[in-house]
Amino acid sequence: MSMLVQISNLTKRYITTTALSDVTLEVPEGHIMGLLGPNGSGKTTLMKILAGLVSPTSGSVLVDGMAPGVGTKAKVSFLPDVNHLDRWMSVGEAGDFYGDFYLDFDRKRFEELLTIMRLDAGQKIGSLSKGMVEKARLSLVFSRKARLYVLDEPFGGLDPLARSQVLDALVANFRTDCSMILSTQMVADVEHFFDNVVFLDRGHVVLAGDAEDLRTRRGASIEDIYREVYGHVETR
Amino acid sequence: MEFDDRAPIYTQIMDLVKRRIAVGELKVGQQLPSVRDLAQQVVVNPNTVQKAYLELEREGYVATQRGMGTFVSGDRGTVDLLRQRLARDIVEAYVASMRSLAYGPEEITAMAAETARKETK
Repeated sequence: MSMLVQISNLTKRYITTTALSDVTLEVPEGHIMGLLGPNGSGKTTLMKILAGLVSPTSGSVLVDGMAPGVGTKAKVSFLPDVNHLDRWMSVGEAGDFYGDFYLDFDRKRFEELLTIMRLDAGQKIGSLSKGMVEKARLSLVFSRKARLYVLDEPFGGLDPLARSQVLDALVANFRTDCSMILSTQMVADVEHFFDNVVFLDRGHVVLAGDAEDLRTRRGASIEDIYREVYGHVETR
Repeated sequence: MEFDDRAPIYTQIMDLVKRRIAVGELKVGQQLPSVRDLAQQVVVNPNTVQKAYLELEREGYVATQRGMGTFVSGDRGTVDLLRQRLARDIVEAYVASMRSLAYGPEEITAMAAETARKETK
């Protein structure tokens, strides 16, 4: 199985803090990896590095064999944890914008996703509710035929119904020639989607493995393991 | 579909398919839903469904024909055997829980028989 993401001994230091410390992990092609951990564990920093927005202090990062940069940005579809769309744009215009930017943007797919998500291309971003903005952002991200999808908290502002729409879109969208990394704190809702999980704590990988193996070996759900690893309840 | 998250998901998908075969919802020679379709139906990772199909194939319940899909294999005999095997698992689990409540063999069978009669009325 070929590895789409290879990270070894990655460290990221900011002036006063160390966000990631000696992180080593791999994501095989065709796999969905769950990146788990409480706030401040380094998930967002790791995802930004994969998206080519933050550069590592030391260690090596390879996405499809290349160090993150202009070349990988064309292959990585990134959902940042905060809204990255301009309020004055309509949903359709945001699609035009993505179409101009990314060669792998599939307009037809975008329209289909808007239907699944029950969004209207004419609506202005500024007039949408938080959950609808999330769905619009996800529609854009999934409309790219990327090699790697990096989704930072994709279920953040979503109600249960919207969450299931997004999960449907996620399964429908998933291909064997791509990989997905998603961070979430709603472990219970999405743990059926993970091939592998990585638990981060204060920048360190504290536990990593195949989700089914972990369930078998520990006789526990990933959510239970999460509680065990972090020693407190904050998943719901 | 509701899964028990404390057990591997792929074994639960295998059980689901086996049950469908045992009760004849899926007949010998019939095609299983594609990996993607089943993944969408039960909302899980397609790789997990793929793994369940591979294991079912290894156990001989299904066969994959390249480019065609996955089909239920076997005959009437193997389906009956599968149904009996699933029934035995359920009975064993029932007996074990009854025993944990300190019931003896006679009471266990009597109560099961009584409930079965009520259910069929």
